[in-house]
Amino acid sequence: MATLSDLSIKNRLFMATYRYRTVDPIPFARPRRPLREARVALVTTGAVYAPGQAPFDEGKKGGDSSFRVIPRDVDVGALGIAHKSDAFDQTGFLADRNLGFPLDRLREMEAEGLIGSLAPRALSFMGSISAPGRLAKETAPEAAALLAADGVDVALLVPL
Amino acid sequence: MCLIAAELERRGIATTSVTALPEVTRKVGAPRALAVPYALGYPLGLPHDAVLQTKILVSAFALLREAGPPPVVRDF
Repeated sequence: MATLSDLSIKNRLFMATYRYRTVDPIPFARPRRPLREARVALVTTGAVYAPGQAPFDEGKKGGDSSFRVIPRDVDVGALGIAHKSDAFDQTGFLADRNLGFPLDRLREMEAEGLIGSLAPRALSFMGSISAPGRLAKETAPEAAALLAADGVDVALLVPL
Repeated sequence: MCLIAAELERRGIATTSVTALPEVTRKVGAPRALAVPYALGYPLGLPHDAVLQTKILVSAFALLREAGPPPVVRDF
């Protein structure tokens, strides 16, 4: 298990004083159907983008709160990564995108019948958004509407 | 990530996730998260280890069967 003490001094100081945006009360939806019948969408904050898409803006102050829509049949190995955070080691993620964007795993689970179906669109955000105003007001609701339009029952969120 | 989770849950989409920093995850109010014993940047364990990655995903999805209340944070 990682703890805050694993972070660099710079990142520890940031975390010690950063006022997290907290959610209270926490919305808690009951799954509509068993996993074997559910439509599952993948959402990452690994800042991946598909070939032909614009990378995330790693220089944007407070973080780039936009998101990319990744089609379910994308070649996971061909995804670009544009994550600004230096708080985590990106070596493993660069070697295998499935570490933070496990689309191949979900396709396998779909084929094996462990999940009902994989949603047609996955979503990618950049994590470490320190100024989340626009994310909360605009892009997160847009993303939720998009997945709702796809009939998604369950979302798997992978943070980076 | 918890802001995105909250929007999805409000729309009736149940979410589950993994975390390497459960102390932060509890504080920010994630609905469900599996605490994994791996370094930051390795949410699904190890690169090219499909068996481990799938095991972690199956455990994360199992949190959907828990009644709550949130945050539901369990160790892998």
